[in-house]
Amino acid sequence: MLKTQELTLNLGPQHPSTHGVFRCVLNLDGEYITKAVNHTGYLHRGLEKLAESRTYTQFIPYNGRLDYVSGMMNEMVYVQTVEKLMGITEEIPERAEYLRVIMAELQRLASHAIYVGCYALDMAGFTAWMYAFRDRDDILDFLEAASGQRLMPNYMRIGGVANDVDEDWLKRLDVLMDKMPAAIDEYDGLITGNEILMARSIGIGPVSAEMAIDYGFTGPNLRASGVDTDLRRDEPYGIYDRFKFDVPVLPEGDSYARYRIRILEMRESVKIVKQALKDIPEGPIMAKVPKVIKPPVGEAYHRIENSKGHLGFHIVSDGSTKPYRTRINSPCFVNLGIFPEMAKGMHLMDAVVALASIDIVLGEVDR
Amino acid sequence: MDVIKPNHVDELVQNNVILSTVETAFNWCRSRSLWPLTFGLACCAIEMMAAGDARFDIARFGSEVFKPSPRQCDLMIVAGTITKKMQPLVARLYEQMAEPKYVLAMGSCAISGGPFTDSYNVVLGADTFLPVDVYVPGCPPRPEALIYGFIQLRQKIVYPKKVAALKKHG
Amino acid sequence: MDKIIDREALVGELNQKFGNCVEIFEDNTNQSIKVKPDKIVEVMKELRDNPKYDFKVLMNLNSVDYPENFTVVYHLNSLTYLHKVTVKVELDKADPQVPSITSVWNAANVQEREAYDLMGIVFTGHPNLKRILLVDDFVGHPLRKDFKLQA
Repeated sequence: MLKTQELTLNLGPQHPSTHGVFRCVLNLDGEYITKAVNHTGYLHRGLEKLAESRTYTQFIPYNGRLDYVSGMMNEMVYVQTVEKLMGITEEIPERAEYLRVIMAELQRLASHAIYVGCYALDMAGFTAWMYAFRDRDDILDFLEAASGQRLMPNYMRIGGVANDVDEDWLKRLDVLMDKMPAAIDEYDGLITGNEILMARSIGIGPVSAEMAIDYGFTGPNLRASGVDTDLRRDEPYGIYDRFKFDVPVLPEGDSYARYRIRILEMRESVKIVKQALKDIPEGPIMAKVPKVIKPPVGEAYHRIENSKGHLGFHIVSDGSTKPYRTRINSPCFVNLGIFPEMAKGMHLMDAVVALASIDIVLGEVDR
Repeated sequence: MDVIKPNHVDELVQNNVILSTVETAFNWCRSRSLWPLTFGLACCAIEMMAAGDARFDIARFGSEVFKPSPRQCDLMIVAGTITKKMQPLVARLYEQMAEPKYVLAMGSCAISGGPFTDSYNVVLGADTFLPVDVYVPGCPPRPEALIYGFIQLRQKIVYPKKVAALKKHG
Repeated sequence: MDKIIDREALVGELNQKFGNCVEIFEDNTNQSIKVKPDKIVEVMKELRDNPKYDFKVLMNLNSVDYPENFTVVYHLNSLTYLHKVTVKVELDKADPQVPSITSVWNAANVQEREAYDLMGIVFTGHPNLKRILLVDDFVGHPLRKDFKLQA
């Protein structure tokens, strides 16, 4: 009788499929995982400590470095938390609110495009990656025209937004949003019905609704496990209560459901942008805020529906120009906690697909 | 016996024959087909990936093959912040690459620590422990800036003496 | 606006069940209660399982270094009623220890490890209380106010 030994394998920080510098030490019996231990912190830059030595406005650009594929949404939740702390949430001008919604939903489209591309790339489907990045580049053109930067826009300000957009920008965005459903259909047809992708992701990494809530899943991962919740509909922030959109929910909870739900969410984001483009009013883009931002003593916790989940900021203020404590509650950090539990008993190649389906970005995991 | 005389060289060159050293020929080939290591650390990695997509297309410069194994590539693009936890691993990857190898520091974090210079866990630049050949500034640099960095690296590989002289004279 | 619950009734019920361990915490959010550290696990289980409150979601686990104490802050949310509550636990500066609530929510596992790593708060009963973001042999806890950054 041949005796076999367990092998310890390092899914190292430098790996084409770990979405960044994430390390996982796996104990393998043949090719089946018996134990997985996460090691994070290879990109820990100490953002929470740096926030204590920057003023509130100086910290806005750092938020783009958190989840570096959704810069606009990170900045939005930070400025909304500071506005909540200062009590000026109702004073944000209408045009600024509409611009915030448009930028946030465009960013969601760009982030989900990366997800779709990298999900297929992790299974060596290079073509889908090219298509997804083509659409992402089109969207980033608009973000760059508005804010000056493709990736870290530094666009949101406490009290409004930094730059206004002109009629031409709005017209061209309308044209792009007319073309987007066809582009989404393109990779929907290319990947979603693809036999190899279906065989490699249906039934992989199933997460039930109770397990999802227990492990702190939020966002599309939670909706893919059958829980009908969306902050934009249930507890609207900004002006999200004025838009009509559906909230897709899928019951299966496996990797294929987590992938499909993001395709469905992309279609809903296009709807929201089109409604916002129709209704956007003229007007100022910044509220009257003091030059030196000094919130009153107290604390505030605010979260939004980010592309990865619920990104929350808990800011404690002591009345000075710099925050006393800034806690960034990142969805990727919490979502990643389920991976050791999910990987038990899984085949090694399925573990890579399961990790890709959770959608982690290491900048947010490690901060 | 046929020996090439100096006054024959012009005639040969006009008939599409190039005379050179083997070293120069190899350098020319190396510069046109640099294979980078898939080594994105942070945000600059997304712009590095965007440099490989259909719009910016680094494939036309010979570098679309991003290899995951350090044994098979000759360019390490340090794209992102190096933290103290990651530093020994970056050094180990560099040592695993075979000569001739080059390092391109992409983004302000890899050049000097970037916006995180006063953090407790950030290494102030890749050149504190690696020999960097090309610096591409930006936060993050546009894909076109990265491609410009590749072209500068090409100059360095093909004309090493010229680049060394430029460095000496500032 | 956040939907908040009737804190008087909540505090009254919890004190009745577990002895005098909960009180209203006055701050600008009007949704905070303070719980004694040794009773935190029972109180959290009650908040999660009691169908009247149904706080099934642990939104956030934070730790703050105040001049007079360490405070661990838990933000809870209910998916059915959409109301929220903030639970605060005040700990001793010299020896901050609080029971771990990993048995109530698995989401607390990584967040408690992070609070231990960066703030030095010990969560007793945690299955794997090791550093998660910094190297294992790092000296000190960076988010404490006495850890100065080198500018």
